[in-house]
Amino acid sequence: LYFHSGEREEKCIIEDVPSDTLVIGNYKVQRWDIHKQDFLESAPGLGMFVTVTTPSAEILLSKLYGPQGTFSFTSYLPGEHIICLQSNSTRLVAFAGSKLRIHLDIRVGEHFLDESAVQAKDKVNEVNLRLEHIIEQIHHVSKEQNYEREREEKFRKTSEETNSNILWWAIVQTLILISVGIWQIKSLRDFFISKKLV
Amino acid sequence: RERGGTGMRSGMRAGMRSGMGAGVQALAMLLWALLASGTELTFELPDSARQCFHQQLERGTKFTLDYQVIAGGHYDVDCSVEDPNGRTLYKEAKKQYDSFPHHAEVEGVYTFCFSNEFSTFSHKTIYFDFQVGDEPPILPAMSSRVTALTQMESACVTIHEALNAVIDSQTHYRLREAQDRSRAEDLNSRVSYWSVGETFILFVVSVGQVVLLKSFFTEKRPGSGKAGT
Repeated sequence: LYFHSGEREEKCIIEDVPSDTLVIGNYKVQRWDIHKQDFLESAPGLGMFVTVTTPSAEILLSKLYGPQGTFSFTSYLPGEHIICLQSNSTRLVAFAGSKLRIHLDIRVGEHFLDESAVQAKDKVNEVNLRLEHIIEQIHHVSKEQNYEREREEKFRKTSEETNSNILWWAIVQTLILISVGIWQIKSLRDFFISKKLV
Repeated sequence: RERGGTGMRSGMRAGMRSGMGAGVQALAMLLWALLASGTELTFELPDSARQCFHQQLERGTKFTLDYQVIAGGHYDVDCSVEDPNGRTLYKEAKKQYDSFPHHAEVEGVYTFCFSNEFSTFSHKTIYFDFQVGDEPPILPAMSSRVTALTQMESACVTIHEALNAVIDSQTHYRLREAQDRSRAEDLNSRVSYWSVGETFILFVVSVGQVVLLKSFFTEKRPGSGKAGT
């Protein structure tokens, strides 16, 4: 899967992950060549700044990679991590038609099966390895579900806060309305009496 | 997710038996990884912006595009899918979520775009999942096996199917929860601001009414006896 971006443009991806989760991303970037009217297969000197920001606005990862690369990070806080890609192109003026093609693949919580290890062993160990992989995946499922429970709790708290907000304000406003109404009548009555109109 | 048998796997198994070695197997594994793959991304689409994604597909490949708006404005987005010849396969406006399965008839680069151009100030957070291809069977040569699967193997197959269902279910609930929580937070802040605003207006209007009414009568000379307007 790929998408296009301007030369100096920063493109960001949001990943909402639980804590202690490994996120691996690999990308490939190609630059548009005006003369060939196509994307160059490899652009020497072209690199990408990869910046990962945690939910608490801390920078977890900020590195310059080449035109093709793999980056990874492990989240220590649960929440929305923002992965941003920006090229290190130093062209001051982005002339018309200059753009980048970015191929991107991001995987969350997966530890890949070492396929060569699977091939080398015999059948019993192959099943063993696959079972270990399954166990790891189930642990990840369990982590995601715990995280989901936390988020639902936050959601429920927000809804209950809204509910009590509405109730409290309705009572306060009714009281204010009644007391202000009484004040109005009293004030006007005293005023008219003093003006000898009543 | 479907599971489809592929001739490639059984060919590979036969190759192993004839001693063709790890090279062919590794190649087959790699080709498998490309056969059934998917990309899911969550990104923020600024107002009046359009973001397109492209994917190279072989002829006859089955693909599914699922997308959902998680946060922002009225939680809607325009989406369109085009084939390599520029023909529009799918085009919907202001949808909250949808799923589009399709068989690729032409080989080439398929494009799908999300547009927030109708919105002037709300940026949207959009999740999409682009699944390509059928899932290969998890056990070797399942389609060409002569004997029945051992208990271990059929247990593995059951676990695999169950886990796939878990993943789908989990993703669905995660997205729904994120969207509902976003709405609840919007509602909460709107209620707070409006309550304060309304109380303020209440005070201003009631005090203003009394002051205005008093001002109508203070212009008259005292004791004139005329009820003025």
